[in-house]
Amino acid sequence: MSLIEVINVSKHFGGLAAIKNVSFNINPGEILGLIGPNGAGKTTLFNVVNGFFPPTKGEIMFKGKRISHLQPHEICKLGIARTFQVVKPLQRMSVLDNVVASAFLRAKNKTEAIRIAQETLKFTGLYNDKEVISKGLPLGKRKKLEIARALATQPEVILLDESFAGLNHSELNESIEIIKKIKERGITIMIIEHHMKVIMAISDRIVVINYGEKIAEGTSQEIRNNPLVIEAYLGDAKSA
Amino acid sequence: MIPLEGFLQTLIAGILLGGLYALIGIGMTLIMGVMKIINLAHGELMMVGMYIAFWMFELFKIDPYLSIFVAVPALFFLGIALQKFLINPVLKVDSILPENQVILTVGIGMVLANLATIFFKSDYRSTPVDYGTSAWYLSDYWIDTPLDLSLSVPWTVSFLFAVFITISLWFFLSKTDMGKSIRATAQDLDAALIMGVNVKLMRVVTFGIGAGLVGAAGCLFIPIYYLYPSLGGQFTLIAFVITILGGLGSTIGAIIGGLILGIFESMTATYIGMGWAPVGRFVIFIAALIFLPGGVASLLKRQRFGK
Amino acid sequence: MKKYLPLIILAILSILPLIGLSSYAMHILILVIMWAAIGMAWNLLGGYCGQVSFGHAAYFGVGAYTSGILYYKLGISPWWGMPLSIVVVSLFSLVLGFIVLRLRGPFFALATLAMGEVMRVTTENIGWLTGGTLGILIQKRTWVSKFGYYYIILLVAAGTFFLIKKLIESKLGYYFVAIREDQDAAESLGINTTLYKTIALCLSGALTGIAGAFYTNYMGYIDPHVVFALHDISIVTIMIVMVGGVATYWGPLVGAIIMVFLAELIRTIPGLGAAHQTLFGILLIVIIIFLPNGIVGDFAKIKKIFKQEAPRNELN
Repeated sequence: MSLIEVINVSKHFGGLAAIKNVSFNINPGEILGLIGPNGAGKTTLFNVVNGFFPPTKGEIMFKGKRISHLQPHEICKLGIARTFQVVKPLQRMSVLDNVVASAFLRAKNKTEAIRIAQETLKFTGLYNDKEVISKGLPLGKRKKLEIARALATQPEVILLDESFAGLNHSELNESIEIIKKIKERGITIMIIEHHMKVIMAISDRIVVINYGEKIAEGTSQEIRNNPLVIEAYLGDAKSA
Repeated sequence: MIPLEGFLQTLIAGILLGGLYALIGIGMTLIMGVMKIINLAHGELMMVGMYIAFWMFELFKIDPYLSIFVAVPALFFLGIALQKFLINPVLKVDSILPENQVILTVGIGMVLANLATIFFKSDYRSTPVDYGTSAWYLSDYWIDTPLDLSLSVPWTVSFLFAVFITISLWFFLSKTDMGKSIRATAQDLDAALIMGVNVKLMRVVTFGIGAGLVGAAGCLFIPIYYLYPSLGGQFTLIAFVITILGGLGSTIGAIIGGLILGIFESMTATYIGMGWAPVGRFVIFIAALIFLPGGVASLLKRQRFGK
Repeated sequence: MKKYLPLIILAILSILPLIGLSSYAMHILILVIMWAAIGMAWNLLGGYCGQVSFGHAAYFGVGAYTSGILYYKLGISPWWGMPLSIVVVSLFSLVLGFIVLRLRGPFFALATLAMGEVMRVTTENIGWLTGGTLGILIQKRTWVSKFGYYYIILLVAAGTFFLIKKLIESKLGYYFVAIREDQDAAESLGINTTLYKTIALCLSGALTGIAGAFYTNYMGYIDPHVVFALHDISIVTIMIVMVGGVATYWGPLVGAIIMVFLAELIRTIPGLGAAHQTLFGILLIVIIIFLPNGIVGDFAKIKKIFKQEAPRNELN
């Protein structure tokens, strides 16, 4: 059975359709890549799955239950965590406190929350920065902090919105390792990424959207050879 | 007076008041759109405008309506000075509370109101213009009219001035380069920066214009209102209620919001009691918050795009 | 040492009246402690949870009138208003929160301001319950001496202090600060932002309300203009926290000491009394520009300034 089902989802803003009738499934334990040219509606789709925007039409199902129209915090509680493309650290809190705040979701008490947070920081390689006030973190570490915070809610599914953008080569490799390790833990991952090589390498399956519509779905091999995808990206390249 | 006549008369009074309210609201919404801050000294700036008109009348016997040409430039430069020397530095300061700027404008308002008390005493003042109580009656023009309605001369003239100023502002914002730059800054800061708009200048100018508008409103209010140093707070609240009612940063919304508020207050005063007019103001404010969170502007948008 | 600081200060404040202070000095002390308690309550909502309220006079006033109405309408001792105000103001805050918590940032601030004004105008207009603009006079005061009042408000303030400290160090505190820092991020971390903001608002409101109920008992007279005052209650509360230190435990006490003494100073210097709002306004502007996190919050900054002036001391 699919873990998340996106069924005929549309999202309109005013009269504009940001997402049109998109359907796909996310299977347990897989890494699903979501790609598409700029402005294709990827982040909007995340915001719909995560509950920030209720879908105008269609449903989102999680483990067979309807979650569309739930609040983001309820969806998070059910086990879907997310990161933000534009990082949103809790600026004046230390790195540790950022993660403690999210670990409280499942922790019974403060001691346990701190323990979960410390483990998560070790897992994501941020442990040495735990006392740093997160406002002062460099971008690469802020992106990791986003991931750490999402993980500390102990999710079944994690939605990663461009966690690699703006990273240098070594940071990129570290992050790829982290994502592989997350998968090994049995957490399902849906990821938006612009870095084509990375997404082709790590994704089990890929969904491509353009102008708010799904234009292709399949393994990276299938996507690479799909004429619609090539056109979408070449067209994008031409206009860029 | 038959009920219908009273109702229509109340409605007219409400529309006239609403037009003036709209002018105050537009100034605030303009500042909010461009600067993303609420100017809580807005009513106090109006109070300054009223004192300018008052003293021009008292000392030189200049008609309050003519004082617009003094009060608007004066308030424009006062607004620019406040923005440049007090508000701008705070925009850069790092603090826990982003509302620092709002609290700052409270401080400015306190100083203005208190200085007015010190210099001008807390006496109630007015400009006793000779047309102050005159009115036009419908029966003067139409002898057999079934309903005798009247238009107060100063109220009507003030209203017409407000309409004229609003139209001029609209012309400025939509037809001139600077007006377009201001709108661009309000709509999308990043895009405006990319387009080479001098955002810093636009912020300063906008605050000046907002202050100038409310200064003009002061000159329009003085023939029909009493003036006292602490009157600002009440008008700041009115401006804010209009802004919420109209939709944040929407000029048309502010006009409609002003009219709604004016009519509603007028109705409350007539049918429930004078003391309740301020409560009516807040009832409509709370209703807007609950039932129409995006203000009138959100209704307009929905209409335009359909669904 | 730092751990015992609250207890040490509490001990000092407890024995302070025993050294034989004048009635006037006691009055000033009572005001300082009352304002510190109100500041702490505001700080919980504004400083920690980031919801800047411009209308704390609403809670203060409702608390004050809870006591006042008990006495005025029911002839019950207004002291009962202190425990009762917890219930009344909590319920009031719940209703208020339903309306104002839909708004964020400065819009929340202004909506609360409007609510404070609504309460004032309403209280003026329902004279049968509140005595209208004439207010309520408590004919018979409990004590002539100020000792009793002092220890009661000290108890309230100490309770407020320890309650808030406990809360801030718990899960609730983490959630409040997370909401302050980024509401969307907090929501995506599974924090029910509406619920926790409502909790912060009700706690903050109820704690302010107790101080309001105390005020009725202490001053023996309330009217809508005094207890629902925008400048003299709501704005002064914000100033106390801003001057002392936003989101710090000790900020409100430091702020209350400075503001109460300043107000008294201004009041006693002839010719300056009329200008007290100008001086307060200028102080507010200066603090916001130069010490945006208050004296306690920007203490490091202040120390640095003094160190720069005397760089040799640094070597020792």
